[in-house]
Amino acid sequence: MNDILAQAAAAPSNGEVKYTLKDFKSDQDVRWCPGCGDYAILAQMQKIMPDLGIPREKVVFISGIGCSSRFPYYMDTYGFHSIHGRAPALATGLKIARPDLSVWVITGDGDGLSIGGNHLIHLMRRNVDLNVLLFNNEIYGLTKGQYSPTSAAGLVTKSTPLGSLDQPFNPLSLVLGAEATFVARTMDRDLPHLNSTLRRAAEHRGTSFIEIYQNCIVFNDGVFEEFTDKSTRPDTSLYLDHGRPMLYGANKEKGIRLNGLKAESISLENGQNSIDDVTVFDEGDRAMAFVLSRMDSAPGLPRAFGVLLQEERPRYEDQLNDQVEEARRRKGNGDLQALLDSGDVWEVGSDAANS
Amino acid sequence: MAQSTVEQLDDVTIRFAGDSGDGMQLTGTQFTHTSAIFGNDISTLPDFPAEIRAPQGTLYGVSSFQLHFGSSEINTPGDAFDVLVAMNAAALKVNLSGLRSGGMVIANAEGFNRKNLRLAGYENNPLEDSTLENYKVFVVDVSRLTARALADSGLSSKEVERTKNFFALGMLYWLYGRPLEPTIRWTAEKFAKAPEIADANVLALKAGWNYGETTEIFHVRYEVEPAKLAPGRYRNISGNLALAFGIVAAGRQSGLDVFLGSYPITPASDILHFLARLKHFGVKTFQAEDEIAAVTSAIGAAFGGALAVTSTSGPGLSLKSEAIGLAVMTELPLIVIDVQRAGPSTGMPTKVEQADLFQALYGRNSEAPVIVLAPATPAECFDIAIEAARLAVRTRTPVFILSDNYVANGTEPWLLPDIETLPQIDPDFAKPGEDFAPYKRDPQTLARPWALPGTPGLEHRIGGLEKEDVSGNVSYDPLNHEKMVRLRAEKIDRLAEELPELKVEGDQDGDVLLVGWGSSYGAIREAMLRQRRIGRRVGHAHLRTLNPLPRNLGDLLQKFDHVIVPELNDGQLVNILRSKYLTPALRLTKIQGLPFREQEIEQKVNEVLSGESHDDKQESAVQSERMNGHE
Repeated sequence: MNDILAQAAAAPSNGEVKYTLKDFKSDQDVRWCPGCGDYAILAQMQKIMPDLGIPREKVVFISGIGCSSRFPYYMDTYGFHSIHGRAPALATGLKIARPDLSVWVITGDGDGLSIGGNHLIHLMRRNVDLNVLLFNNEIYGLTKGQYSPTSAAGLVTKSTPLGSLDQPFNPLSLVLGAEATFVARTMDRDLPHLNSTLRRAAEHRGTSFIEIYQNCIVFNDGVFEEFTDKSTRPDTSLYLDHGRPMLYGANKEKGIRLNGLKAESISLENGQNSIDDVTVFDEGDRAMAFVLSRMDSAPGLPRAFGVLLQEERPRYEDQLNDQVEEARRRKGNGDLQALLDSGDVWEVGSDAANS
Repeated sequence: MAQSTVEQLDDVTIRFAGDSGDGMQLTGTQFTHTSAIFGNDISTLPDFPAEIRAPQGTLYGVSSFQLHFGSSEINTPGDAFDVLVAMNAAALKVNLSGLRSGGMVIANAEGFNRKNLRLAGYENNPLEDSTLENYKVFVVDVSRLTARALADSGLSSKEVERTKNFFALGMLYWLYGRPLEPTIRWTAEKFAKAPEIADANVLALKAGWNYGETTEIFHVRYEVEPAKLAPGRYRNISGNLALAFGIVAAGRQSGLDVFLGSYPITPASDILHFLARLKHFGVKTFQAEDEIAAVTSAIGAAFGGALAVTSTSGPGLSLKSEAIGLAVMTELPLIVIDVQRAGPSTGMPTKVEQADLFQALYGRNSEAPVIVLAPATPAECFDIAIEAARLAVRTRTPVFILSDNYVANGTEPWLLPDIETLPQIDPDFAKPGEDFAPYKRDPQTLARPWALPGTPGLEHRIGGLEKEDVSGNVSYDPLNHEKMVRLRAEKIDRLAEELPELKVEGDQDGDVLLVGWGSSYGAIREAMLRQRRIGRRVGHAHLRTLNPLPRNLGDLLQKFDHVIVPELNDGQLVNILRSKYLTPALRLTKIQGLPFREQEIEQKVNEVLSGESHDDKQESAVQSERMNGHE
């Protein structure tokens, strides 16, 4: 291996590195619209970075195209602003080549679920150790206001003057079906929750997927307001906590009970139910995670936030490295001359035409 | 024992043809292999249907393997063949037009039963009517003889039937005085886990040999002396395998780990297969979900400091276009292998064409120049792969290797290189603490620094948006954009100054210069040699570098009265030469999914020199019609 490459790869991935938030701010002016939800996500990312203990030079942000994909320019780490939809594929190649790096993929609902939908689902099943942040604002922002794959059916936009005909994707159900090992949802307006969810994603060994509700102040303002506004949030949002009963409401007076494959809301105030009737959340249960993700389209049920699923599965890049090591154990380190000389080799002498 | 006379021949072309299930590719490969070890020079042309298992006995299910071996220089798989081995009626029907007048047909009697004749569309048995009166015909009951030889093998009749190709091979070995040992050795290795199958194949092989030896059916045996190849160690190699070996060699010479991002596609998949087996060289192969992910994963790996490669064929290249533009913009080293196949869209996946030249040169939005190389022969693929890596790393830019179906699957003897003589490749990564800016260029090569993630102090961001010179910041400045567009082109143009000049084979000035590229090398060279033998002053200039073009090419074109550009497309290189050098180069095009026959090139030379050819498109179409008629 080349010396510089060896040094770069061998540098510690965590250790006694002391950083502050400022160390992760690049010298570029941030150019999102004033009031854009992206600012909050950027700030929380810069805030958690010093605590992760990863040397700054080991961190790489990779994005596709869209408003969110400007993100890497604002982080003073390594960064790659790639092409539309392809960030998961580009990041996969980087992580396979350089498992020592901490690689973050920044994408949006158009970038990640429309043009790049194929790469996203295949990343999930492979379980490459990348952290994927999907900024969902249910609209195309950079191209100025067309409907996206997560826009509600019927949404009137510039490209759907009579309303969108598309059934939207449910991003969580999608990645759960694609064998994701870490699935979470958070929002730009709840900073502590955003902060803790990013940390959980960073800790997970394997692909982490976070859907972040992010408000587009220009083209889709307030689309998540019922979940993010403090007055309505308690009744519309269920904050998941592993091993705890799924309670919500201003005074935790409501709970979610799984009745077979159906989630239902029960009241703890009407004297008919106790906390024991509320289902205890298990973040290792993919079937439960799927049922909870389906609450999005069930009237009267809250939306789940937090880590819906976390499970351990071997990482793609580790398994590939194991194959390389195993091949070396069995065949020895590759010997080029021996490789070229393999197969049937014959000699032509200098004196005669044939041996 | 039969008394046969022995006749000496300089070269022989054989075409094995049968059902796709008859093992013709294997039979041809074994004959090739044995003849290579025997010391002949060889060129081969596998020709098989795209269907995995086409229905038996049909015309479209015919699979063929042509090989041309000889005691002197062999440049092509041969125009017309001397021997046609036809395992069934369909194989005869499809291939008879390529057999030279007076040539030999060896037919498997069983393959001409009523059902086979019907499937092939013969009303009468061509072995019995006048169809073959201009040929020497040998009808051998291969199936029955094989069955008899293996009567005691204990194998099922189906398994026995499968060895009949080895009976045919044994017969041909006898006919051309080839040793049996290489195939016996191969059989033992191939069927190590099923020794009864290995034994059966060897029995069939020997039975075929003995059949030639003991019956009087063949009156003449032939000898083809070994060729006078340069001294050294040889093996037979295909273009795809040579490319894989070359990539591994480039990894060693650069100290970089190889990363291949690929998606299966005919006829490039073998490169993925070969490299996937070489993990002990630190090679990582990634079968991506699609062509786009294949190339973008390679770009990601390049960003991380790998020797990044993506391999595909034409349709896949179309899908990769945008990402290759990203590699141009971010100025990362990347090797793009395009094993060209015939036709637009899906086209004819198993057939040959050289029609992706424009796509390689121009097939991206805006001005996105890349380096384009093209191997002329299978063995040359090894050196081209190393050169591609060297240039990609040196210029931090994508390098295309334009192979094709013919070079990829054809084989030839390869003089094995001593790996200690291979060129070194210096990745020249940016070092911690150096005066760094992402787009600060080397004044000589204009390459930007390759700064790896993990290097402290060199944190930076790159991407597809236009970059400001030096700083690499996003820039919409009009003059900066023009400057950057020109810099990216200049980086490649400058290479022409350091790359070797193009050497003309044959005459250095005179009547006709044949300018070619890629796999038509052999046919062009053969035509040049033959024309010189009859007194014409003909040169052959073969381009291995299509961007940048060799710096002396313009001068070379002036040294001949006529320039003819044979290409397996509708005239792509010829257009480039005309527009760049303002020279009235003449086109010679063929778009049939088949390689050139050397006669087609000679015919064009004859026409040009006798004043009959005025190169317009219509005429060349008429000519190719005529060529078809001759087949």
